[in-house]
Amino acid sequence: MTVAIRATDLVKSYSQGVRALDGVTLEVNRGEVLVVMGPSGSGKSTLIRTFNGLESLDGGALDVLGVRLDATHAERQVREIRKRVGMVFQQFNLFPHLSILDNITLAPIKVQQRAKAAAEQRAMDLLDQMGIREQAHKYPAQLSGGQQQRVAIARALALDPEVMLFDEPTSALDPERVKEVLDAMRQLAKGGMTMVVVTHELGFAREVADRVMFMDRGQVVETSDPETFFSNAREERSRRFLNQMQH
Amino acid sequence: MRQRRLLVQVGVAALLIGLLALLVNNLAVNLIRTGLGLGFGWLGRPAGFALAETALPYAPSDSYLWALTIGWLNSLKVIAAGLVLATGLGVAAGAARSSNNRLLRSLAAGYVALIRQVPLLLQLLFWYFVAFLGLPSVPIGGLIRLSNQGIQLLGLNLSVEFCAVLVGLTVFTGASIAEIVRGGINAVPRGQWEAFRSLGLGEGLGLRRIVLPQALPAILPALTSQYLNLAKNSTLAIAVGYADLYAVSDTTITQTGRAIEGFLLLLLSFLLLNLLISGGMAAFNRAVLGRLNRSR
Repeated sequence: MTVAIRATDLVKSYSQGVRALDGVTLEVNRGEVLVVMGPSGSGKSTLIRTFNGLESLDGGALDVLGVRLDATHAERQVREIRKRVGMVFQQFNLFPHLSILDNITLAPIKVQQRAKAAAEQRAMDLLDQMGIREQAHKYPAQLSGGQQQRVAIARALALDPEVMLFDEPTSALDPERVKEVLDAMRQLAKGGMTMVVVTHELGFAREVADRVMFMDRGQVVETSDPETFFSNAREERSRRFLNQMQH
Repeated sequence: MRQRRLLVQVGVAALLIGLLALLVNNLAVNLIRTGLGLGFGWLGRPAGFALAETALPYAPSDSYLWALTIGWLNSLKVIAAGLVLATGLGVAAGAARSSNNRLLRSLAAGYVALIRQVPLLLQLLFWYFVAFLGLPSVPIGGLIRLSNQGIQLLGLNLSVEFCAVLVGLTVFTGASIAEIVRGGINAVPRGQWEAFRSLGLGEGLGLRRIVLPQALPAILPALTSQYLNLAKNSTLAIAVGYADLYAVSDTTITQTGRAIEGFLLLLLSFLLLNLLISGGMAAFNRAVLGRLNRSR
């Protein structure tokens, strides 16, 4: 099994000496779904954002698909990684002034120099896969939150990424819209995509994750298979967190 | 409460009417005093003065009307070029202030800070007397030649006066536009930057295709007033001897004594020019907002 992401002793400090990441070490294998859980402020979003260079590092090193990121990496390395790693945000972050189709085809045309027609064909296929083909010519604000997030997933997939990062993809959604997004992610996982998912969705983690990583105060508390994590977590802090989540 | 408001309204109206009456009265008294009466017949008489810079053929034997037209064209030339260049400079400096590059960021911040501290008139005099008149004759790559006679650019001969006014207006207005652009860019959510970056798009492309289009609605109204300022500030050209509309009007008024008519023409010319600018910007604004509304 080959490693997609290897993080070694990552450190990220904010002002006043607060450490958002305090020596995080982990590996994500190709084809694996890693779910990252933890209370807010535990550093899980910061961690996943270092994987494609949205957050800089103060210490430690990352190997993402063979490209190295550390405290002094060049912009070129970040660009290389971003072409091969997709990201989905809590707030969708679709481009409001572009149609759904243009949102999806912009990067393939500009970054990968694909022909417009081919990029649009691929975009329509992806929208089909997400069950929102008929929304292609609308604008983001005309779509529901769940539909927008599925567009965001399609937009990231349009670059044919080798890894997908999800930063609390369902946290900004109305409860009745959560399922459609999780279903799309489930489908992606079944197709063998390497995924790192920061989420509070216990059901998704239990069902889809290969491993669950629990973080607190910038540190990894434990990493277990979902069965162990949810029924018999090793660490007291994990058990306390799960207890609070279930009430 | 309502009565008091009504009273205030009536008071303000009375004050305005009073001021207007005073103005008209002054005008009438002045007209009688000059003994010339209000008339524009003098416009057809020969101007008798030379102009250093003429966009169309002009000789001192031509009429005042033609001299004023040449002045108007000179104004138009420097204003139009100034609008384009100031916009380019302002957008570049405004974008540079939100760049990742620290050197670029401080350069842009220094430029804005410096230019905003110094009066425009001083800046124009600086560009004229220090920068352009002090130029040695330097050819640059055969296409451009700089000298204290002006700038020769691809067969285009730009006078020192024109260059000083153009550069002065551009640099001065560019600094204000930079602040407006920076404000507009800052109003675009951080998530938009993160989204285009995570798709592998470069900073320049993201700025052009993602950030600036969303910043436009915040930028345009303030940009319009900067454009109008630039047009109005162009009358300072007289300080460096550029034959703009104001300078030609000034000479005309001195020679003919037709101050009232001269100023009326001047006012109307600038009114027309500024209506053109604000009308154009309003149309552009509507187009931008229209596109944005369709996306809502």
